[in-house]
Amino acid sequence: MSESKTMMERISESTRSLTTGVDSRDVEHWVTIYIMGRGYEVPADLTIMTAMEFAGYKLIRSCGCRQGFCGACATVFRREGQYKLESALACQTRVEDGMYLVQIPFSPAEAAYYDIESESYDYSVFSKHYPEVARCVSCNTCTKACPQDLEVMDYIQSAIKGDFESLAEQSFDCIQCGLCALRCPAEIVHYNVGHLGRRMFGRYGSPEPEHLKTRLAEMERGEFSSALDALVGASTKKLKELYAARVRESDE
Amino acid sequence: MSEVKYIGGYPEHMRQSIEIVNRSRAKRKDAVPAAMSAEQRQETLQVHPDYAPGGKRELKIGPNKGDPVPVPVADLLESYPLIDKTDVDLSVADHEVDVMIIGGGLAGTAAALLAQDRGVEREKILLINKLRHGDCNSIMAEGGTQAADRPIDPPDRHFLDTIGGGHYANKPDVVRALVEDAPLVMHWLEELGVVFDKRDNGDYVENWGGGTSARRMHSCRDYTGLEEFRVLRDEFRARRIPSIEHSPAIELTTDASGRVTGAVLYNLETGAYHVVSAKATVLATGGFGRLHIRGFPTTNHYGATADGLVLAYRAGAKLRDADTVQYHPTGAAYPVQIVGFLLTEKLRSAGAQPINKDGEAFVFPLEPRDVEASAIIRECYVRENGITTPSGLRGVWLDTPLIDAIHGEGYIERAFPAMKRMYARFDIDITVDPVLIFPTLHYQNGGVETDPDGATNIEGLWVAGEVSGGVHGKNRLMGNSTLGTMVFGRRAGMAAAEYVRSATGGQRTFQHVESFVNALEGAGVAPERRAPMLLPEYRGKAALARMIDVW
Repeated sequence: MSESKTMMERISESTRSLTTGVDSRDVEHWVTIYIMGRGYEVPADLTIMTAMEFAGYKLIRSCGCRQGFCGACATVFRREGQYKLESALACQTRVEDGMYLVQIPFSPAEAAYYDIESESYDYSVFSKHYPEVARCVSCNTCTKACPQDLEVMDYIQSAIKGDFESLAEQSFDCIQCGLCALRCPAEIVHYNVGHLGRRMFGRYGSPEPEHLKTRLAEMERGEFSSALDALVGASTKKLKELYAARVRESDE
Repeated sequence: MSEVKYIGGYPEHMRQSIEIVNRSRAKRKDAVPAAMSAEQRQETLQVHPDYAPGGKRELKIGPNKGDPVPVPVADLLESYPLIDKTDVDLSVADHEVDVMIIGGGLAGTAAALLAQDRGVEREKILLINKLRHGDCNSIMAEGGTQAADRPIDPPDRHFLDTIGGGHYANKPDVVRALVEDAPLVMHWLEELGVVFDKRDNGDYVENWGGGTSARRMHSCRDYTGLEEFRVLRDEFRARRIPSIEHSPAIELTTDASGRVTGAVLYNLETGAYHVVSAKATVLATGGFGRLHIRGFPTTNHYGATADGLVLAYRAGAKLRDADTVQYHPTGAAYPVQIVGFLLTEKLRSAGAQPINKDGEAFVFPLEPRDVEASAIIRECYVRENGITTPSGLRGVWLDTPLIDAIHGEGYIERAFPAMKRMYARFDIDITVDPVLIFPTLHYQNGGVETDPDGATNIEGLWVAGEVSGGVHGKNRLMGNSTLGTMVFGRRAGMAAAEYVRSATGGQRTFQHVESFVNALEGAGVAPERRAPMLLPEYRGKAALARMIDVW
């Protein structure tokens, strides 16, 4: 049994730097980054997010899922000697020497109040709630700002055309970090426009499957009640037998 | 670092093993290892972190006194409060509501929507968020949501898969609620405008999950939780239901009878406290991944620190199955920047196989998660067939290019944009090369015990989502978490709405906290540990050593 214990200790040892923090003595390669202008030496292997923590920041804003899904850690940065402002997700981007960075704590962008049941499935839903989409000058700044590499300007154009399906397809991977809206000279709130359009497509452009409706009707009639009653009342022994006897659906 | 040569994102020594994997792919494509028997599963589980010796201790006090739980969980449950009654004035309520919901993931947001649907005025609902509304595990769910909705797949099949996967420890009536409500949840999401993956004829695309006997997984590319959650949050905001962000609940209040009557919130930015008076409280605070149980990295969001368990346990709530932890079989093991991040089970649903350093498939790819994770740990640490990374971690390959080999070129790009994007950020192309995996701490299987409506043994307190215990038994199946959040979030919201029709507000006291502190002292627990944790500590050691407080 001591072997198992050793195994758990070995696993724990190999992940130590990830769970309790990096020990400076273990670090070979270092870079300098500038967090809101102030320089810090940090291990070269860290992400922007973990580098800020290494430097001593206890993150409250601009940190959420830590894995690229929630959009909380939108970061704007410039490389030393360059003029260009770039954007990234702090949790998904490795630090680079000479990076000047700031995180965006909050986007004060407008979001529509609406009832999806009473909206029309055409362009007017956008002109009603986000009339500024018509001001798009096709400068493509939004697309360049997107840390997901989405074609943001294209989906705004799809909205203007009332093409909900294309909009849903083009904007689907949006994590609503807000960088597009913050950079837009026409002050369009792309990510909210995209979301309104996707919900409209989900509600009106992509009907509920027939097999789901059939199942709901069967449930309504109580067709599975007795089978479920029997399972809820069954002994563990009986459940084990039934579990072992399941036939896996064919792969075809 | 400059001395190591990287090819396609991998250093040379890993590249050699990749070439072996690439060469054996065609041979493996139609030769998938067989699923394990019940006995083989049991044997494999011996190396699982839950079953390997150590790592747990028995609780000394409270409703679950004597029950073993992971040591970090025991430490938190047996901690002293952050505040006592001399720190706050509980007599003045800053918010007086009917239904307070603590935690804004899928479960909490669903509870708010259903409470309003069932007649609670929107101004009488309050959603509390520790960080942003959206700092949750729900938003990171990738693979799918289970719902038995095809003719071949009756809900009793879903029931059996779930209870067998949970080692028969699940509460049967709660599992029944899960499988019976699943099609209803799908219908609800359709009406709210969630865009699911569908076939040309309008049917859902439904995939396998580990331990399922039918294809029942509904997905939105590999952003399923993101799509479901952002739609619920958008609906919540469109209805202008009040919410507070960056202000975790740090203690519940109770009246003389022990009923939950509100909470104390703490503004993380200003340090000010706020008192909430609520007739009903729904706890939807999620799980405990950030406790790094047994030293594992985690897939969980930043705030997954078991706050809800701590608050509820002090108020006298009973826990169940709190001894088991889900380690997701396929966490990223390389590169170091993404270690522990989730690689969705949907990759294996689509045909990706775990492969050892010699290019061999060593396990059926879709065992229940505890069994699959154990097989991977065994391959790395018992059979010594893993690959070691430059930072010293061991892992095995997940053969992602096999997915395109099975389904045709372009499939990964369409079905797994999140995975492809994440690896591309580190110069790895998952359509060309496999990825290195090792299990990662993923889910709290147990929690506060509930009935099928989310009610607890404490009056005025409901729970929903990962903080609850009973529905998943000792091991949750893929796709039952997002489903469970919505089934029981909805039910808890409805039950709370029903309750507040006749309930009155109660006195707000810390009586339960005082009794708990007495019990801690009685058990000889030293006063150093304090909880809830709120956020894990990741600051650099050197920076922490020099920190002083001058305000």
